[in-house]
Amino acid sequence: MSFFDGLRFRRVSSPVHNLDPRIKFVYACVIFVVAILFWELLPLIVLFVMQIPFVIVARVKREWARSMRGATFLASIIFFINFIFSFISSGYVVTLSALEHALSMTLRFVVLVESFSIFFLTTSPDHLGLALEQSHVPYEFCFAFTTAVRFVPVLAEEAQTIIDAQKARGLELEKGNFLKRVRNYIPILIPLIVSAIRRSLELAEAMESRAWGAVKKRTNLYVLKLRRGDYIFILLTIGILAAAILVRLYLRIPRLEEILTGLA
Amino acid sequence: MAIIETKNLTYTYPGATKPSIKDVSIKIEKGEFVLITGPSGCGKTTLCRCFNGLIPHFYQGELKGEITVAGLRVPERQIYELATHVGMVFQNPENQLFALSVEKDVAFGLENLGIPREEIRKRVDWALKLTGIYELRERTPTELSGGQQQRVAIASVLAMQPEVIVLDEPTSFLDPLGAKRIFEVIYELNRKLGITIVLVEHRLDLTAKYADHIIIMDDGKVVLDGEPHEILSSEEARLIGVGIPKATRLYQILKGDGIKLGGKVPLSSDEMAEMVREALKRL
Amino acid sequence: MIEVQDVYFKYPSGVEALKGVSLKIQDGEFVAVMGENGAGKTTLVKHFNGLLKPTAGKVLVDGVETTKVSVATLARKVGFVFQNPDHQLFSETVEEEIAFALKNFGFSQDVIEKRVTWALNLLGLTQYRKTSPFMLSGGERKRVALASVLAWDPKILILDEPTIGQDYQQKEKLRQFILQLKAQGKTVVIVTHDVEFVAECNPRVVLMRGGKIVADGEARKILTDPEILEQASIVPPQIAQIFINLADLGFPKDVIDVYGAREILLKAFRRRKT
Repeated sequence: MSFFDGLRFRRVSSPVHNLDPRIKFVYACVIFVVAILFWELLPLIVLFVMQIPFVIVARVKREWARSMRGATFLASIIFFINFIFSFISSGYVVTLSALEHALSMTLRFVVLVESFSIFFLTTSPDHLGLALEQSHVPYEFCFAFTTAVRFVPVLAEEAQTIIDAQKARGLELEKGNFLKRVRNYIPILIPLIVSAIRRSLELAEAMESRAWGAVKKRTNLYVLKLRRGDYIFILLTIGILAAAILVRLYLRIPRLEEILTGLA
Repeated sequence: MAIIETKNLTYTYPGATKPSIKDVSIKIEKGEFVLITGPSGCGKTTLCRCFNGLIPHFYQGELKGEITVAGLRVPERQIYELATHVGMVFQNPENQLFALSVEKDVAFGLENLGIPREEIRKRVDWALKLTGIYELRERTPTELSGGQQQRVAIASVLAMQPEVIVLDEPTSFLDPLGAKRIFEVIYELNRKLGITIVLVEHRLDLTAKYADHIIIMDDGKVVLDGEPHEILSSEEARLIGVGIPKATRLYQILKGDGIKLGGKVPLSSDEMAEMVREALKRL
Repeated sequence: MIEVQDVYFKYPSGVEALKGVSLKIQDGEFVAVMGENGAGKTTLVKHFNGLLKPTAGKVLVDGVETTKVSVATLARKVGFVFQNPDHQLFSETVEEEIAFALKNFGFSQDVIEKRVTWALNLLGLTQYRKTSPFMLSGGERKRVALASVLAWDPKILILDEPTIGQDYQQKEKLRQFILQLKAQGKTVVIVTHDVEFVAECNPRVVLMRGGKIVADGEARKILTDPEILEQASIVPPQIAQIFINLADLGFPKDVIDVYGAREILLKAFRRRKT
């Protein structure tokens, strides 16, 4: 059930957690755009390192490390594909620039994962739901989102109980050939589906009983308001974007080759 | 004045061949604590669904007879209109909490009604304090015990300030102490705020002492309806297979042996112990 | 015989649900494992058929360590009926539902046929043989789940919260049924927090709290000890409450059933009269 554990959120309070989720989202998008602006290794490394303080301030180091580890597989695929392509296109010779290109592409992806994982790790689903609501996404959609998050751990637990109940009746999931194994899951899927349907009926009943759909314009217990920290953070984000554009337009960024020869 | 009144209420679920409740005529007075009981499948849940309009609006089907709740004729009103008068608490606490925090759940109904935010905040805090879960307000439902979840469910209907709260076997998934706390909370709401309580329950052992009025159903019909001491001392109640409190049962058995402990049957162990004490003194 | 030797168990989430539990259940015993929700009751009994394996310590069923054999092998001996029948019913007919486990255990077709008929009869479900389990009422579904386990005639039967949501008559039937199984020499273990039900059955009670066993003995002794019960967040049964209340008058405290109570009170009244 470790997969579901990953989806379970914990409430942590930190300056980064307390930021407005909308602004954090804009930040993640800006980092993404900036990463696309550069194909040289140096600025991408800067971009990667620059975000680490956020991780530390937000106290999500362990979770962040886990999601970065999760990205290594895809990252290495990206590296190899890029490397092989530039290897072929440069006439079957390994050049430093081909290496730089492959590394940059990989790092771009890693930076992307990094920024969005900071967003998701520091934004609780209810905040996210609230942000959706106050960005004029239809309420039904936001409700579906938060309810889904609410019931993932419940359903995971239920699936485990069903597996146990059928194992107690002699079901062996790992037995037989491929087709048989697929069929072994029927006694688990049917109760799970039936119970999900029953559950959704009960939920609907409870929602109706609490005046669902009474007025067109719902009110909300929480309202997202921008605070000082949010303004500082948005200025910082704009600063990063502006600096990146300026660097892109007016500065020549040294290539890996040049750096290495400079060092030598 | 009766807050809930039905006359010859008969209801058949869509696709069912026979009605689930038949000719039910009851009167529930404002401020009463009413216990509805009877064997499984007797129609008590179905009757509750009529009180806030889930029947006929949500379940469809065929409803005959009359039902008025807080002066409103149920078939002519929307569920959300009735929701501000009748709060419903269901059996499974897990399936009536949708939000990711306790206070958001308690606010859910009020948000649906479009109540201003400051007012929501006030009412949410009020409901949380009354049900004793104010400290839990920022938790997620999955972090709570069943008993705590059920108190959240009560708080979330309480926040809508209904005149009646209907609870359909609210404690069947809870352990005894969790159940006891739930009963104490609703008893307090009944005594302090004068909210009418309609409680559906099998376990009279735990609940009979709170009730002003007991309704016993069997096979879709109301078979006994009246004051708890009278109802529970009747032979019929036992024959229907209602779980009569052990204290009441002991009183009846002793009565059969020729030992009379006083006029009224006891509903709780304390009452029974007191009666035995008095009777022994008199000898 | 089930032997639990100093068992610890930790869920992957890090919750330590059992903290050094030792217990012996002899053949033919009737045991009620009690305690508040989260005390570790279900975790403990899931060790009896190998669904959970101890993090430390040993569980032996008839001398065989549960870590050495598969759940399917253990299940032949240890039948486990889950709390909610909806977590196991999936077949098109009641008959097939009951045959499911028998097929898994590799019984021959004619034995399956016989066993199914026997189990249907045992629980009064014969008329529903060809009915879909989903069409039945809650109480009937619970009986189908029970029949589907009893069908392979396990020597040890575990029932997780069998009385939840059951009315008085259904509970009474269940009680009769358990006593009948006990008379046949089966070991029955129930997990429950229904004190009134336990008071009527008077089994051996194993009381748990916070992953440990806090008391173990006759129901009559344990359910009448307010101090122990308080610890485990259990309310004494009503009859016990009456006698705890009257203890100052010299009545015995260990009374939990109506008929025992009647005897004692009758004697008291007659003595006073003469």
